[in-house]
Amino acid sequence: MKILVIEDEPDMLDNIVSSLRKEQYVVEEAANYHEALDKIGAYDYDCILLDINLPGGNGLHLLADLKKNKKSDGVIIVSARNSLDDKVAGLELGADDYLAKPFHIAELHARVKSVLRRRIFEGSNLIQIQNLTLDPDKHQVWVNNQELTLNRKEYDILLYLVTNKGRLVSKTALAEHVWGDYIDEADNFEFIYSQIKNLRKKLKDHHAAVEIGAIYGIGYKLTSP
Amino acid sequence: MKLLNYTTSYLAGILLAVILVWAAIFYFNMLDEIYDSMDDGLGNQKILVIQKAARDSTVFARRDFEDGYYRLKEISFAQAQHRKDVYQDTLMYMLNEQDYEPIRMLTTVFRHQNRFYELRVITSMVEEDDLIEDLLFALLWLYLGLIASILVLNNILLKRIWQPFYKLLQRLQEFRLEEPSQLVAEPTEVTEFQLLNSTIEKLLQKNIETYTSQKVFIENAAHELQTPLAISLNKLELLAEGQNLQEDQLTQIGAVMQNLERLTRLNKSLLLLSKIENKQFGPVEEVNINEAVQKVVSDFADQATYRNLTIQVQETAICRQQLNPDLALILIINLVKNAIMHNVPGGSVNISIDKNSFVIQNSGKAEPLNDHKLFNRFYKNTDSPGSTGLGLAIAKAIADLYQFRITYEYQQLHQIAVYFN
Repeated sequence: MKILVIEDEPDMLDNIVSSLRKEQYVVEEAANYHEALDKIGAYDYDCILLDINLPGGNGLHLLADLKKNKKSDGVIIVSARNSLDDKVAGLELGADDYLAKPFHIAELHARVKSVLRRRIFEGSNLIQIQNLTLDPDKHQVWVNNQELTLNRKEYDILLYLVTNKGRLVSKTALAEHVWGDYIDEADNFEFIYSQIKNLRKKLKDHHAAVEIGAIYGIGYKLTSP
Repeated sequence: MKLLNYTTSYLAGILLAVILVWAAIFYFNMLDEIYDSMDDGLGNQKILVIQKAARDSTVFARRDFEDGYYRLKEISFAQAQHRKDVYQDTLMYMLNEQDYEPIRMLTTVFRHQNRFYELRVITSMVEEDDLIEDLLFALLWLYLGLIASILVLNNILLKRIWQPFYKLLQRLQEFRLEEPSQLVAEPTEVTEFQLLNSTIEKLLQKNIETYTSQKVFIENAAHELQTPLAISLNKLELLAEGQNLQEDQLTQIGAVMQNLERLTRLNKSLLLLSKIENKQFGPVEEVNINEAVQKVVSDFADQATYRNLTIQVQETAICRQQLNPDLALILIINLVKNAIMHNVPGGSVNISIDKNSFVIQNSGKAEPLNDHKLFNRFYKNTDSPGSTGLGLAIAKAIADLYQFRITYEYQQLHQIAVYFN
C-alpha cells in the first residue's frame, strides 16, 4: 500500500510518516509544491495526504491536476486553515476526505483506512481480527460467525478501536469521532466509560479474542493475544 | 432638549428680562416727559389768565371751574405770603366720563391792584392705569413677536446652517464598527464643521483600522497556532504508544495532552467566533429548529445520563428559521452543552420550543448569574475550570448575526431564551 504525504512542516511530516510506516505502508514524502507535482506525475499512489498551504503553490491545484489527468489516487486534504471554503472546494474537486489540523493520529489512521478500503476492496471489505469480524458497510459484527448486537455508539467505538488496533486511542479522539466534534471536555469524557463497559461485557460474553485495555489518564487500546 | 430649542429658551428668558427693565425705564421717562410738557402748558395758561385779568375784570368773577379751565379766589396778604407755584395731581368729576378722573392742577398767587388772588389752572391728564395697561399689551405683543421670529429664524436659518452637524450626527448613530460603511461628510463652508468632519473621519478610520487589524490578528494567531499544536499533540501520541512507559509517565503525558487539547478547543472556538463575526459562513437556509434540537439532545444523551440529568423537550409548535444550518446547530449545541455542564447531579434541563422562540432552563447554582457579563468572552464560573468560557459568547455572536434576541433570566432555574424574529 503506497501513500504520499505532502506536507511542508518537517515535524508534522515526520509525525505522519513515522506513524504510517508503523502500519507497514510504503510512505513517500514531498515537502513542497514542485516536489509533489513531480511525484504525482511519476507514480501512482493509493492514498495522498495533501496539505493545502504549500511553498510554491496551492495544494488545491495539485488536486485539480490529479483529476485532470484522471488519476484515481485517493486524496485526503489536511489543512490548518479549517475553513469551510477549503473543505467545500476540496471535496468538489474530488478529494475523498478533509482533515483539519490539529488532528489525532488515531483519526488520521481511521480516515486513511477508510479511503483505502473504499478504493482497494471496492465493497467486499470485511475486517478480521482473530475471531472478530466487522463489516464497515453493513454495520455488522460477528464473533465466531455469531452476530454481536451493538448499539450505534458501541459499534462506532469498536470500529474505531479496531481500525487503530494496537495503538493508543485517546479519550478525546474517541469522543470526537463517535460523539462529534462539538462534544466538549465536560467531565473529562468520563461518560465514554459506560459505553466501553457495555462493549467489553458483550465482547467477553461472546468470547471475542480481543480486549479493550484502558491506559490510565489517556485512553484505550484494543489488543489481541 | 434640542440645541435649537435650548438657545431659544435662553433667548426667551434674557429677552423677557431686558424688555421688562426697558419697559420700566421707558414708562417713567415718558411719564416724566408728559408731566413736564403739561406743566409747561399750565405755566403758559397761568400767564395768559393773569394778562386777561388785567384787561377784563370779569375774570375775577370766576369762582369755580364750571365752563373754563381756571378759577380765581381772593386771599389775604398773609395767605399770599411765601406762596410758590404748586403743581399737583388731583381728581375731578368729569361729566362725560361720569367718574372722577385725574387732572393736573397749578395753584399760584398773583397781585392785582394791591389785592391778592389765588389762581388754579387745570388740564386733564393721562390715565396712568390705562397707560400701563396699553404699554403692557404692546410689550407683550412685541415679546411674542420676537420669540416667534426667533423660532422661525432658528427653524429655517439655523437649521440650515447646522445641517452638516445633524447629518454627521445621524451617520455616527448609524455607524457600526463591525460593518463600517464609508462615512461621507456633507460639504460645508463653516470652518468648525469642516474641522469636525475631518476629525471624525480620521478618528473612525483609525478605529476601523485598529478593529480590522485586531480581528485579523486573532484570526492569524489562531491559524498559526494550529500547526505547532498538531505537531505537539501527535508527538505526544506517538510517545504514548511507545512500549517502555511506566504508568505515572503515561499519566503525565495524558495531562499534557489534555491541556494541549484544551488549547486546541480554545483556538477552534476563537476561529469560529471570528468567522461568525466576519460573516464567513455559507448561505442561509430554512432550518427546522425542532429537528436540530432533537438531534443535539440525543447526541448529548450519554453526557446527561452520566451526570444523572433529565432532559425534557416541550414542543408547542414547529419552529422554522432562516439561518445557516451549521450555525443553527452550533447555537443549539452551545446552549444545551452550557445547560448540562453548569448543572448539579440529579438536576434537570427543560427545553421549550415555540413558533418563534427557543427557551432552555437548567438547575444549577442557586443564585442568578451576572447577565451583563454572561455572554462576554472568557466569562467563567469558577467552579467549572474545564470550560473555555466562549460557548455563550459564540451563541451570542450567532444570535447577533441574525438579529435574534438572546436573554438570560433566573427564577429558581437558569434560563436562556432565544427569540427569533
